[in-house]
Amino acid sequence: MAILVVAEHDNAALGSATLNTVAAARQIGGDIHLLVAGAACGSVAEAAAAVEGVEKVLVADNAAYEHQLAENVSLLASELGKSYSHVMSPASTSGKNFMPRVAALLDVDQISEIVSVESADTFSRPIYAGNAIATVQSSAAVKVITVRATGFDPVAAEGGSAVVEQLSLIHDAGVSSFVGEEVAQSDRPELAGADIVVSGGRGMGNGENFEILYKLADKLGAAVGASRAAVDAGFVPNDMQVGQTGKIVAPNLYVAVGISGAIQHLAGMKDSKVIVAINKDEDAPIFQVADYGLVADLFEAVPELEGKL
Amino acid sequence: MKILVAVKRVIDYNVKVRVKADQTDVDLTNVKMAINPFCEIAVEEAVRLKEKGVASEIVAVSLGEKASQEQLRTALALGADRGILVETDEQLGSLTVAKLLKAVVDEEKPDLVILGKQSIDSDNNQTGQMLAALSGLPQGTFASEVVVEDGKANVTREVDGGLQTVSLSLPAIVTTDLRLNEPRYASLPNIMKAKRKPLDTKTPADLGVEVTNSLTTVKVAAPQERSAGVKVGSVEELIEKLKNEAKVI
Repeated sequence: MAILVVAEHDNAALGSATLNTVAAARQIGGDIHLLVAGAACGSVAEAAAAVEGVEKVLVADNAAYEHQLAENVSLLASELGKSYSHVMSPASTSGKNFMPRVAALLDVDQISEIVSVESADTFSRPIYAGNAIATVQSSAAVKVITVRATGFDPVAAEGGSAVVEQLSLIHDAGVSSFVGEEVAQSDRPELAGADIVVSGGRGMGNGENFEILYKLADKLGAAVGASRAAVDAGFVPNDMQVGQTGKIVAPNLYVAVGISGAIQHLAGMKDSKVIVAINKDEDAPIFQVADYGLVADLFEAVPELEGKL
Repeated sequence: MKILVAVKRVIDYNVKVRVKADQTDVDLTNVKMAINPFCEIAVEEAVRLKEKGVASEIVAVSLGEKASQEQLRTALALGADRGILVETDEQLGSLTVAKLLKAVVDEEKPDLVILGKQSIDSDNNQTGQMLAALSGLPQGTFASEVVVEDGKANVTREVDGGLQTVSLSLPAIVTTDLRLNEPRYASLPNIMKAKRKPLDTKTPADLGVEVTNSLTTVKVAAPQERSAGVKVGSVEELIEKLKNEAKVI
């Protein structure tokens, strides 16, 4: 049986989490087909065909799929999905949006945010904000799965030579439409895929003070994240939030500045390779997970750190 | 219009969970339970829509053990008009919950159904989407703003990289994100009044839904502990450790 992976993209470029999802699919074993549903997404189809380990790329190029509205994409993916053993997608906001619909249309349970593949029907996933790891076995005819990108090393984006097949299936449920979007602008690396992440919390005091984190991040080539407290206080936009309800990151180095380390924040970053905490409260829970802790006033320590790097 | 709100009884979000020694599940005996935080936001949004004159009736529904009545009473104290408990002691997966909710939706015919985006116990983030698929309705997931006008719901969604707004024909399903609103506290008089509000109890059999689950939990384990770290005395020492010991910069 073959595996269908629904590719993540913005009609121009293939999303990097797709590579991690293909890696998870390879661990299951079987032919891997990538579905690219979008509008004017030829460049994505080309990139998808070059992904290591992909046999076939299915392209559904139609206005109905332009913004990947869940109502339309789920009809397409569930129709195709019937003839696959597994249907998978990255656990990004897009995948989380349409995949449960795919599962329900196929009348199967979904397995969310797997972090490891034990066998073709058994997977591990974090529950209770990452405070427990559940191993679940599925007897469903089609396994519908979302993949937490940080759980799998990505396959190579180049070197593959998949067959590209154009689909003529058009599904427009006609019950929803795209109105607009507001994309946060950033020159720094994407948070979810960055090698180094520098995050600020309530201790930053205000939005202007994040400037010192941006300087440090630029020196390190890092992405900048935030705790929910910093987002709720309006210091930074919410797409910077790391945690159970925000983004899940696992960089090589995570620097938590002025973050106490609530359970919900730890859920988003505790798989980082090395964690550094800078906090003036030496009893802050963040120090229990930090490899290196510095008890200091961040307004002195961060500029000093930036200056000495 | 009528709004249906789904609420779930879960472990209180401040509790640090412990895995049982036999690795069958987490230990929930004598642990404080509460209404799932995202469900609380869903109730609040429904109440605000009623206060604006958009909604006329709010029905809160919960599924699970008898004790889920407590969470329904909380929803009633926050402003819901009546409650429905679908009582069962069986473990319910998201798909079964969605099927049960669909049966309730078919009976109640609400114009809007509001759910939390995920429960903080299973962290699945599936039920709202599955309910929408089974009912053939549009969905506005991870909502940070909901505007109902002219027979449509305009929902601003929190997506990777920013915000996206979609327009949904009613009836529709909305799942709440944290920033949608700040839930109010139930006042003591409202808690007292909530005790007299109607609360119906049904069973899955009443709704004609069979409880099944194709997923079996093989094991629940504690996550790998991180080895204890060290506290450094100065910025120089930190840089030295990161460069030479951890080799990450």
